[in-house]
Amino acid sequence: MSAYPQTAEPAHTTDLPGTGRRRLVRAGIVTLCFLYVGVLLLLPLIGIVWTALEAGLDKIVETFQRPDVQHAFFLTAVITAITLVVTTFFGVITAWVLVRQRFPGKSLLNALVDLPFALSPVTVGLACAILFGLGGWLYEFFDARGIKILFAVPSMVLVTIFICIPFTIREVVPVLQEIGKDEEDAARTLGASILQTWRKVTMPNIRWGLLYGVALTTARSIGEIGAVLIVSGLIKGKTETATLFIFTAIEERQTTEAYIVAITLAAVSIVLLVTIEAARRRIEGRKVRT
Amino acid sequence: MSTPIVVEQLTKRFGKFEAVKDVSFTAPGGAITALLGPSGSGKSTVLRMIAGLETPNDGHIRMGDVELTAKSVQERRVGFVFQHFALFRHMTVADNVAFGLAVRKQPKDVKNQRVEELLELVQLAPFAKRYPDQLSGGQRQRVALARALAPRPDVLLLDEPFGALDAKVRQDLRHWLDGLHRELGVTSLLVTHDQEEALELANQIVVMHEGRVEQVGSPAEIYDDPATPFVAGFVGSANVLHGEVRDGHVHLGSVRVAGAAHLADGAPATAFVRPHDVRVRQKGGQANERDGDFTATIERIASLGWLARLTLRLADGHTLVAHVPQEELDGAKEGDTVTLDLRNPKAFLREVHGADPDEVDADAEIDVPPSDRATAGTA
Repeated sequence: MSAYPQTAEPAHTTDLPGTGRRRLVRAGIVTLCFLYVGVLLLLPLIGIVWTALEAGLDKIVETFQRPDVQHAFFLTAVITAITLVVTTFFGVITAWVLVRQRFPGKSLLNALVDLPFALSPVTVGLACAILFGLGGWLYEFFDARGIKILFAVPSMVLVTIFICIPFTIREVVPVLQEIGKDEEDAARTLGASILQTWRKVTMPNIRWGLLYGVALTTARSIGEIGAVLIVSGLIKGKTETATLFIFTAIEERQTTEAYIVAITLAAVSIVLLVTIEAARRRIEGRKVRT
Repeated sequence: MSTPIVVEQLTKRFGKFEAVKDVSFTAPGGAITALLGPSGSGKSTVLRMIAGLETPNDGHIRMGDVELTAKSVQERRVGFVFQHFALFRHMTVADNVAFGLAVRKQPKDVKNQRVEELLELVQLAPFAKRYPDQLSGGQRQRVALARALAPRPDVLLLDEPFGALDAKVRQDLRHWLDGLHRELGVTSLLVTHDQEEALELANQIVVMHEGRVEQVGSPAEIYDDPATPFVAGFVGSANVLHGEVRDGHVHLGSVRVAGAAHLADGAPATAFVRPHDVRVRQKGGQANERDGDFTATIERIASLGWLARLTLRLADGHTLVAHVPQEELDGAKEGDTVTLDLRNPKAFLREVHGADPDEVDADAEIDVPPSDRATAGTA
C-alpha cells in the first residue's frame, strides 16, 4: 500500500561490498591507538611502580629520610611555586590582551608565546648560561651586586618559567575566545569597574581553563630537567631538584632511589590532574541540576 | 526618565576603515528611536559609542544636557541589551538582575526588592534561581532586559535584541517590549536590520547606510516619503525601474513619469514603486485612455488572502510586482492584459560625473505631482 514506487530496495548495509573491510580497518586503527598509548605510556609507568615497590617499605622510608632527597623535593616545590605565581599572573594578562586587544605586533606576540614549545629545553638552558655565565651580557651587572644567577636557584627558576610560559596562555585563550566580549561589556554598562568586571565576570568564566593551565604548568615544572640540568651546575644539596636527583642517582647506580623519587613525582602530577577533573565535573554537575 | 540622546557629527574609524561617518541625530526623550540599516552600516557602532564601549574619533554625544563623550562606560547610566543576551552564565537569573545594583553597593534589602520587582515585570519570578542555560531564548532576553533596567538607567540601548530569536518568539517579544515601553517611557534606542521591527516599534527611525545617516523621520515619513534611493529600496519592498530623462519626463521602459522638465536629456534615473501602489484600472489593454495608464500582461497570480500578488510583464519586457485587492482584479486571469496606473512613483535622478560612468555622485529627487503621474508610452 506504499505510495512510493517500488524502485528503492531497503538498504542492506552489511551486504554492500567493502563494508566488512571498512569495519576491519576501523578495528585495526582502534587497536593501534590502544597499543600506542598502552605500550608507550602505561608499560614504563608500571615498570617504575613495580621496581619502586619491589624494594620494600623500609627502602622507601629510608629514601625519603635522606636529607639530599628531602632538599631535592623542597627545591622542586619552591621552583614550582614561583613558576606558578609568575606564569599565572602574566599568563592571564597576556591571554586577555591577545584575545581582546587589537595592536600592531599581535601575531608576533602570539607566535613568541609558543616559542618554548618549539625550543629544546637544553637550548633554553644554554641560552641562560650564555646570558648569565662568565663574560655573558648580564654577568657583570649581577656579579657587581653579589647576586649569583647561574649555578644557583634564580637561573633554575628563570628557565622553568620560560618553559612553562605557554601552558596557561594556551589554556585560557580559547576559553576567552569562546565566551566572547559581550559579558564583559554587559558588566561595564551595568556600572562595574574594570576590576569588578574582571573579578565577577571574566575570572569565573575562565576559571576551569586557568586551572587546567595551572595543572599543566605544575606538572611540567615538576618534571623539567633539560634546561635545569644545564644551569644548575648539579651542586648536591644546593641546586639539585627532584628530577636532577633522579638523574644523578641513576648515574651513581642508585636505581631504586631514583625510581622511588620518580614515582612520587608522577603520582603528584596524576593526582593533580585527576583532582581538577573531578572538581570540574562536580561543580558543573551541581550547576546543571535544577 | 525621559532624557533625549543627542549625537553630533560622530565619526569612528577602525584602522583605515571608516565605520561611522559624520552621524548626527536626536533620539527624543521617552520615545523609541530605531537605528535601521543593513549589516555593516555602522548602526551598532553608533550604539556602542553611546554606551561608551567604543570611543569615537570625532563628534559628541550628549544625554540631556550632560556631555557623555569623555565619560567612562560605568558613569553613563545606560541600559544595554545585547543580541546574544550576554547573561552572566555562572550566575542565577536573580544574581544577573542584581548585578548592576551589587556593583553600585546597594543595600541588600533594596537590591532584593528591586530584583523581585523586575522579575515580576518581565514575568520570570518563578525562574529566579535558574541559570541562563536553563532558559529559552525569549526568557533569556527578558532577563537581559530586566538586568539592564534594574539600575534605573537614563536610556535603554538595544542592539538587535530580537536577532537571535526565532520568528514566533520575536513577534511576541516585540509586542511585549512595545507594551513595556509604554509603561516605563524610558528613552530607547533600538538597532535593527529588520525594517518591519523598526516600523512597528519606533516613534522615529534613523536609516543608516555605509556609515552615514540616509534619513531621519517618523515611520510614515520613511515609508511614504523616502529621501534617497537607498531608503526607498531598503524600507518596504519596492519595484526598481531604471530609465533616463527625455523631453522633461523620466522614461522607465514603457512607463513614463512626468516632472523632470528642468533636467537635461539623457540623465539616468531610477524609480521605486511599492507593490501596493500599482493599481489595476481595468481588464483588457485600453491604455492611453487616460494619462498615466499603461498596460501589462499578468504572468502569475498568487493569492495572499484578500490580496493578490501579481507578477506583471510590461510592454518593454520588464517585470513589475503588484499587490492588489482581489476584487480589483475583476476576474482577470494569468495571461490576461490589464491596464494599470501608479499611485505614488518615486523617481530619483542619478547624476553621473567624471570619467567613471558608474560612479554615482549625487541623488536628485524628482517630485511627482499626484495629478501628473505616470504616463504610458511606447519606448
